[in-house]
Amino acid sequence: MDLVTFLIQILNALQYGLLLFLVASGLTLVFGIMGIINLAHGSFYMVGAYMAFVLTGMTGNLMLTIALGIPLAFAFGALLEWLLFAHLYKRDHLEQVLLTYGLILIFEELRSLAVGDDVHGVAVPALFSASIPLSDTLSYPVYRIVISVVCLLLAGGLWWLMKRTRLGMMIRAGSHDRDMVQSLGIDINLLYRTVFALGVALAALAGMLAAPISSVYPGMGGSVLIISFVIVVIGGIGSVWGALVAALLIGFADTFGKVLLPEFAGLAVYLVMAAVLLWRPEGIFKKG
Amino acid sequence: MMQDQQRRNVMRVAVGLALAALAPIGAVQAAEKVKVGLMLPYTGTYASLGNAITNGFKQYVAEQGGTLAGREVEYFVVDDESDPAKATENANKLTKRDQVDVLVGTVHSGVALAMAKVARDTKTLMIIPNAGADELTGPLCSPNVFRSSFSNWQPGYAMGKVAAERGHKTAVTLTWKYAAGDEATSGFAKGFESGGGKVVKQLTLPFPNVEFQALLTEIASLKPDAVYVFFAGGGAVKFVKDYEAAGLKNSIPLYSSGFLTDGTLEAMGTSGEGLVTALHYADGLDNAKDKAFRSGYVTAYKAQPDVYAVQGYDAAQLLKAGLDAVKGSDKLDKDAMIKAMGAATIDSPRGSFTLSPAHNPVQDIYLRKVEGKENKVIGIAAKKLADPARGCKMM
Repeated sequence: MDLVTFLIQILNALQYGLLLFLVASGLTLVFGIMGIINLAHGSFYMVGAYMAFVLTGMTGNLMLTIALGIPLAFAFGALLEWLLFAHLYKRDHLEQVLLTYGLILIFEELRSLAVGDDVHGVAVPALFSASIPLSDTLSYPVYRIVISVVCLLLAGGLWWLMKRTRLGMMIRAGSHDRDMVQSLGIDINLLYRTVFALGVALAALAGMLAAPISSVYPGMGGSVLIISFVIVVIGGIGSVWGALVAALLIGFADTFGKVLLPEFAGLAVYLVMAAVLLWRPEGIFKKG
Repeated sequence: MMQDQQRRNVMRVAVGLALAALAPIGAVQAAEKVKVGLMLPYTGTYASLGNAITNGFKQYVAEQGGTLAGREVEYFVVDDESDPAKATENANKLTKRDQVDVLVGTVHSGVALAMAKVARDTKTLMIIPNAGADELTGPLCSPNVFRSSFSNWQPGYAMGKVAAERGHKTAVTLTWKYAAGDEATSGFAKGFESGGGKVVKQLTLPFPNVEFQALLTEIASLKPDAVYVFFAGGGAVKFVKDYEAAGLKNSIPLYSSGFLTDGTLEAMGTSGEGLVTALHYADGLDNAKDKAFRSGYVTAYKAQPDVYAVQGYDAAQLLKAGLDAVKGSDKLDKDAMIKAMGAATIDSPRGSFTLSPAHNPVQDIYLRKVEGKENKVIGIAAKKLADPARGCKMM
């Protein structure tokens, strides 16, 4: 591998890592902070991608679609929380697994009924459709770089929300001791509804942003679910920075695994996970 | 006088023969049905393929007046969910509980392999209307197992042959690391290298991973004359878009088996334009059978037929060829049916084809180019191409 190719592969790894962080960010909130095992995370991602497909078909503009889609997904998340998840906080994890697994099946069927089983594409917004030449044969799509920038902003925003705002403080307190926070006069139900809805909105945002480069197809949620859990667990449950570092680590493992050890590329990600968990069973950034 | 007498006798014999010929048909229609087990995906990723195959099959039966060789068709339908883990149980349900005469299925090769095992064990006739695994008509071939579609090797080989003819000297192949991908790319390598080319690197990524960027970078640094890929569905759409966005489409020609651009062109948008692929079916085939098939399909199902519908249609034709051989008898004599099916010439919308001794179609593989939203035929990549059926004892 010559130097230029090596540098481009590093860029690929960074870009993929940031995309993975975006995909996993919703789960960081819902599973990492609220402690709900949400297997339907991938379905929310899929809902986002299909929303991008359907709404872009109507509005003709992905930016506008995202602006419309985020509040829609937030409302949808709040509704789901009120209807279903609110009843599960006090129950054990098995019931959350059952509920969210059921939701996967329901969302897949609804998707099939509403949009069908064909593969669809969403056009890259004209503003970002150019490519930057990197070598004589290879160029880099601007849209991927835009996504990377959005991911970095989002990581910073989430960190700021959790560590520097009153809401973040309440969320962190709530994840430690629900009853105590409630007895201090904070509406814990509203707080959890907000966090959950935010998690759904983030997953849908990931789906909407990724739709132009990943295409929109049945079962696409399943493709991001496991990797999202891997990232949250490696990063240390509940840590935004941990998730970012873990996502980048996975991005590097996947990219260089494919290039250097193609025979074991499928394993690379899980080898990294096993190594990290042996070294720090609580994840990279778990604080005591 | 003498002549008159003769003529009368001839007439009498002729009328008698005609009546004799008519009688058993009436009797059979009342007595015998043929039980067809459709084991196809009706949910999940391949649902649209399962439906197209079913539509094609039923279209042929409808064209025959709702019967095949005078027998009514009774369907037993199972959704195989493209799940190999449930395949044996599902196939057993059809063969043992429902006692079907013929199993038709399926799309997913893993499921088809399990079905073929059940078919071999129970000696049930089986027609595969899609699954391309080479083994099905290779090492695992069986007298009672037929295929109306293709083997993965066929379009790959044809594409490799054409890539070499087009003057490309080096190529890189890229596919998911699974059986279909391995078989297609090794077919390509065979065709390409027999034409004087050289495959410099075979790249793979784990199925169903769709993060291609690292491998596109690899291709750009290897700078081959041509790239051959095997992808389908959502992965195909993403790959073609990424290939263009990486600026490779204009510098390194991309070739593939036709599944890359079948049912995915709408989603690809303009990224698919101009791609050259090889497959046993194409848009714009100038034959009467195809025109009639297409207009019939559009009328019946309000949708455009695709290669999967053709394969379903031909599965029904193949079954009719077998039933013709046992016309008039109550019992379905399997040996007679197998013999007739193996020897049949199928008048397919793709152009007529025969079967190899391993029961895989010997067919023309078309060269197609994406124009507008169609895979327009631009030539024949390989004429009357037979799968080598390595390892099949029937060859």
